[in-house]
Amino acid sequence: MSSPLTREQHLELYYFMRLNRELEEQMVRLFRQNKIVGGLYPSLGQEAISVGTAYALGPGDWIAPMIRNIGALLVRGFKPRDVMTQHMARYTSPTQGKDGTSHFGDLNARHVISPTSMLGDLIPVMTGIAMAGRYLGQNIVTMTWIGDGGTSTGVFHEGLNLAAVQKAPFVLIVENNQWAYSTPVEKQSALGDLADRARAYGIRSAIVDGNDVVAVVRTTREAVEHARAGSGPVLIEAKTMRMLGHAQHDSAEYVPKAMLASWKERDPLDRFEKLLTEKKLWDAKTKKEIDARIAREIRADVEFAENSPFPPPESAEEGVYCEGCHTVEADWQRPKEEVMPPRSSVKAEWPVKSHSVNGARPLAVRPPSPKAKPGKKPTRGSVRAKAGR
Amino acid sequence: MPETTYLEAIRQAMFEEMDRDPAVVLIGEDVGVYGGAFKTSEGLLARFGWERVIDAPISESAIVGAAIGMSYAGLRPIAEMQFIDFIACAFEMITNFAAKSHYRWGAPVPLVLRGPSGGGVHGGPFHSANPEMYFVHTPGLKVVCPATARDAKGLLKSAIRDNNPVLFFEHKFLYRRIKEELPADDFTVPIGKAAVRREGRDLTIVSYAAMVHTALEAAAELAKEGIEAEVIDLRTLLPLDRETILASVRKTNKLLVVHEDTRTGGIAGEIAAIVMENAFEDLDGPLRRVTSLDTPVPYAPGLEDHFRPSAGKVAAAARELAHY
Repeated sequence: MSSPLTREQHLELYYFMRLNRELEEQMVRLFRQNKIVGGLYPSLGQEAISVGTAYALGPGDWIAPMIRNIGALLVRGFKPRDVMTQHMARYTSPTQGKDGTSHFGDLNARHVISPTSMLGDLIPVMTGIAMAGRYLGQNIVTMTWIGDGGTSTGVFHEGLNLAAVQKAPFVLIVENNQWAYSTPVEKQSALGDLADRARAYGIRSAIVDGNDVVAVVRTTREAVEHARAGSGPVLIEAKTMRMLGHAQHDSAEYVPKAMLASWKERDPLDRFEKLLTEKKLWDAKTKKEIDARIAREIRADVEFAENSPFPPPESAEEGVYCEGCHTVEADWQRPKEEVMPPRSSVKAEWPVKSHSVNGARPLAVRPPSPKAKPGKKPTRGSVRAKAGR
Repeated sequence: MPETTYLEAIRQAMFEEMDRDPAVVLIGEDVGVYGGAFKTSEGLLARFGWERVIDAPISESAIVGAAIGMSYAGLRPIAEMQFIDFIACAFEMITNFAAKSHYRWGAPVPLVLRGPSGGGVHGGPFHSANPEMYFVHTPGLKVVCPATARDAKGLLKSAIRDNNPVLFFEHKFLYRRIKEELPADDFTVPIGKAAVRREGRDLTIVSYAAMVHTALEAAAELAKEGIEAEVIDLRTLLPLDRETILASVRKTNKLLVVHEDTRTGGIAGEIAAIVMENAFEDLDGPLRRVTSLDTPVPYAPGLEDHFRPSAGKVAAAARELAHY
């Protein structure tokens, strides 16, 4: 079990969550000034998930954020200016204007994979990195996020199934924010808990209150330990609410007002601030200092982004192929001899353990599976149990 | 030196590259214990073990997706499609994820995606595809279609060592039908270079993969009539070796393109455009093409023979063009 969070870690979590929120508010201002070239996809109300899950990883681990995981990018060391210049299509952006939004990454230093707009693709990709990490002896864990809507894709199934049979050190965060654009989760899946999808793959799952950052960190740490230990992938369903539209242009009138009101009371930042105060982990002065630091950083980065040039038009022609501009090199953490003949050589036959199908149990019509009992699956929490903290 | 089949050449390329570089791994359906549906990977599991020869579930998207992930981690994965028709299932991972990766964010994807393509073996609509043009239309990919055992081995080695996603379309008609003596040394064949398979002065026949042999058969027939056809084997469709095509057209002044792929949107159209743009004044006749019909690949032998180009059809078109 992981040790409890220290005061410094609590304050760091607050810093990232507050930075996430302030940055996005600044982005809205830039959007209204017509400085954002494309779309802007808010994560208001979901900061605890982005920040808390990424915070549970070690520096050698890999992530692939989704469109709303700005917080995860910040935890991973990207700066507000990276997010701003990306959205503003400037030459100084991580992709030099080739792509927008949070579609950027850093292969070598931060181990962040750039997402695409096609949901679910990152699951097999991160499974592949997890398999490669194990092969190279790196002892890493890989993580990606998917929304409630994304769990409906075919590649979600293919990827998670491959991760399961490979026992890949992979953690999948299902960020259930109740809405996929205008479609409510009830129209995505007949499951009450999306965590139950894990049962179909024979892997561990957990449910966590996505608006409780401490619970998110704790649950994710357990999952990461499980995966790192070689016990297989873990699916965490983090329950939350998308508090704004799908993107800036969407006023989300299809969302019931009462639903928003009830979730507003569970705002992750308000709750965390209250906890920090109650536990006497900070005082007004500390909060003021952190908030001032964030304001300073954002101000400086807005200035940087606004003064950044657009890319020269002809740079559109560059970079389709890698023509010696990058070297591809694996970081071997085990002797290569282990995977080379003669040590790698095996008898080419299946080590089939059981010769009967499912132990030749008689077929029986099973009733729909009931809610999993707490305690049966150690990492499986319950939102209700944790919501009272 | 014994002669090596096209299929064995592919197996040797994987074998030797895996021996040379522990970063090379193979993932696909039935590639391990079974050695692949065509036995292309026979013996690889026994030599390189479970970690490097990975039997995957029937999940083409996940196979390609995982291979992309492995390549991000510095490996050089080979992903096999059991039949290349199934590449359609992984279209998204190839065209949106792998192909755009380097352009979008500078992350190279050193991945080889290979599998048996093509018809002539009565595989029907789902085991005979020539899917190359879907991917030739996708910047960021390389598309290789070898016609000889030597090229199959040398080009596959180049593909494995390449830092970009390379689609390697093996023609299953050639697997056990052609063989030749291969160099004993560790040779490669460069991606993006066409080969002149037969020199001639009267017209140029451009083709690739199994149809190169059909074109050569036609050229031999035409030679008896005094028509000397130059036969060019493209070897790589993306990037296309425009120079070799244009040089030959400037010499013979007539061009016939032959491909087993269906007609509309086939590479012949692109080659026609390149020739019009660059060598219009050199042409002494209309550009002609002999291709498969614009239908799915039919199953019955008589139907498939009617569907595909044959040496007879190629010779007839070439004869007409030569006399134009």
